[in-house]
Amino acid sequence: MAWLTEEEAKKTRKTDIGPPHYEQFLPPVIKKNYGNWKYHERLDAGTMVHVSNTGDKVFTVRVASPRILSTETIREMLDIADKHCDGYIRFTSRNNVEFMTPDEKKVEPLKKDLKAKGFVIGGIGPRLSNIVHTQGWVHCHGACTDASGLVKAMMDELFPYFVEKELPAKTRLALACCVNMCGAVHCSDLAVVAVHRKVPAIDHEKLKNMCEIPTTIASCPTRAISPDPAKKSVKINDEKCMYCGNCFTVCPPINIHNPEEDGVAIVVGGKIGSLRTGPKFSKLAIPFFYNEPPRWPKVVAAVKNIIDVYAKNARKHERIGEWIERIGWERFFKLTGIEFTYQHLDDFTFMRDTMRTSAAFKW
Amino acid sequence: MAKKYDTPLLDELEKGPWPSFVTEIKKAGKKSEMANDELGQLEKSYRTKRGYWKHGGIVGVLGYGGGIIGRYSSLPDEFPGVAHFHTVRINQPSGWFYSTKALREIVDIWDKYGSGLTNVHGSTGDLVLLGTRTEALEPIFAEYSSRGWDLGGSGSAMRTPSCCIGPARCEWANIDTMEICYQMTQRFQDELHRPAFPYKFKIKVSGCAVDCVAAIARADCSIIGTWKGKIAVDQDAVKWYAKNRMDINKEIVDMCPTSCISYDGTKMTINDDECSRCMHCISKMTKALKPTGEKGVSILVGSKAPIVVGSLLSWVIVPFMKVQPPYDDLYGFIGKIIEWWDENAKPRERLGEVIEMKGMRSFLEHIGVPAQPQQVKEPRKDPFFFWKEEDLKR
Ligand code: SF4
Ligand code: SF4
Repeated sequence: MAWLTEEEAKKTRKTDIGPPHYEQFLPPVIKKNYGNWKYHERLDAGTMVHVSNTGDKVFTVRVASPRILSTETIREMLDIADKHCDGYIRFTSRNNVEFMTPDEKKVEPLKKDLKAKGFVIGGIGPRLSNIVHTQGWVHCHGACTDASGLVKAMMDELFPYFVEKELPAKTRLALACCVNMCGAVHCSDLAVVAVHRKVPAIDHEKLKNMCEIPTTIASCPTRAISPDPAKKSVKINDEKCMYCGNCFTVCPPINIHNPEEDGVAIVVGGKIGSLRTGPKFSKLAIPFFYNEPPRWPKVVAAVKNIIDVYAKNARKHERIGEWIERIGWERFFKLTGIEFTYQHLDDFTFMRDTMRTSAAFKW
Repeated sequence: MAKKYDTPLLDELEKGPWPSFVTEIKKAGKKSEMANDELGQLEKSYRTKRGYWKHGGIVGVLGYGGGIIGRYSSLPDEFPGVAHFHTVRINQPSGWFYSTKALREIVDIWDKYGSGLTNVHGSTGDLVLLGTRTEALEPIFAEYSSRGWDLGGSGSAMRTPSCCIGPARCEWANIDTMEICYQMTQRFQDELHRPAFPYKFKIKVSGCAVDCVAAIARADCSIIGTWKGKIAVDQDAVKWYAKNRMDINKEIVDMCPTSCISYDGTKMTINDDECSRCMHCISKMTKALKPTGEKGVSILVGSKAPIVVGSLLSWVIVPFMKVQPPYDDLYGFIGKIIEWWDENAKPRERLGEVIEMKGMRSFLEHIGVPAQPQQVKEPRKDPFFFWKEEDLKR
């Protein structure tokens, strides 16, 4: 294929057409039974079957993806989908890939071909799914850790919980490379979020030309920023700044990055579904780890520890947040051996809601 | 293409059983100089623990303000391949289904103009193409749009709506999530492509309270399927579960949050009036239980991640709304929500934050929704509240 010239481009382009209608991409068995499914069953860690009221079945095999996919790997997946799945493929909201067929006899050959190509099958049922994550150093200007690398290191370690071992309930992990959190980190069973710990440095010369001062001042949620008329710039009150980086987003010469002092925190106990208990925010478990590329061994070990303690102690169907609410946070810190620090007390906005107001608790 | 950089740190991330993104970048690097330089720059980030991307920059295609995210390396001399490395967001089809033919076309075009690297998919839902140069944007858009693909949303615009798999392959779906999402995306094309809002606005559609697209946590407008009738119980299937090692008392009866299920060892009874429709029992006994009667949506609004003043979960505003194709009532209602937000928000304020500022009453009155007990966990605690003249007259 040759590049289009500008003239040719103008002629062929269309605007505001929206996405193609999904119906043309549905496997025939799905199209036929749309809205008519009766029940489903999990057959193993990576396979399930949906049964229709008509008696039709569709078998789904789920494989992991590293989210960043080369066009080459996508073509390998497409070849397999052509061979076994009538030329259809589906992706999930957590970057897994699903191969579907109405024919039970095709399931084993499909799995065999997937395995032969190195694809990893799993993620269904009370297990870990793929980790939702952000762009990190691969592609984001705001990142203060990498996302793909840390996720890879975590999933290598937690691998048995994807391909085989069961947990008390499904467990959703997420990772955000800054507090902007482009990925539901704030409501995950366990999530890693990158944080800054130092007041940003201001390049006054650049700020003068690049930023609007009132907007910059208004961007700070803790009112730490005030005008600095002498420099025609702004200044930051160290005691009020809690390093959210919103000013940096609005005004790039306020540089919040500090490679030596940036790192990640671990939060736990969030969920989104309304099953049994309402959706919950994730709460702080461990306030800080230094970035230790390429494999962040301390973060990985800490995550593994929390998941293992949960696996051992929670009741069936209990999500991490539900388990912690039942046993109490003081017990969570004791069981996991995590140290409780001043950072765990909320001194930002919600202290009223998070401090204990009852004289009943555990030791 | 020959190997361009030594990457001892990234090579470590090719070890272990989980699929490796480094392998993916290397694969793309066999054809693309851009992918090679991406790898080189990333290795440097791993060495120095910092990123080397500049703040965005305005790039796009003619007539659109969104859909492309400008990205430039701060080290263009050292890594010329990623001097420009823009993101192209392609609006995904509902439920992320593809024919292999269509997806093959997408990757062929991407190989022609871009780095050969993708995110399938990005967090908002779009099919994300990762890394191309400014001069390639118009041809890329022409090639994709002439084949029926459009760009997704970015910037201070409506973001690409997304939905769960719904009726396509899920017995729990109370609504046609796929069609609602498709029609809505069509309806709001202008809002998607021409950022004119104070900040981003996300809409997500889930078929039931299991909420597979995390609507309740991530969408300014969260649309969640629900029902108003009874839960039908297939007693034979209940027996099947009991025989197949399910402890029905422990796993179902005791875990029902409203204690409205009883089981006498053979027969299961649900007091439907007291059921809060949490989906626990249905999702665990999928062969035996299913919702019946009137289906519709609950509408919740306001969720977001912590920037700027803390995370919010979506609040219930409409406990139940019947929806039917072509969904005009639903889209008209969403239009009113957006209008109020657009009029009242400061830059970078999401809907939830504006509701906190202006008050829930002001918002509900504008969109024409009465106060109802389903909207709250509990009524307020303090006895200071506003009265309006018309309240006094009643
Ligand atoms: S980092 Fe956040 S708290 Fe600190 S000055 Fe910037 S906006 Fe304010
Ligand atoms: S849906 Fe939830 S509240 Fe209703 S009966 Fe089932 S478990 Fe109980």
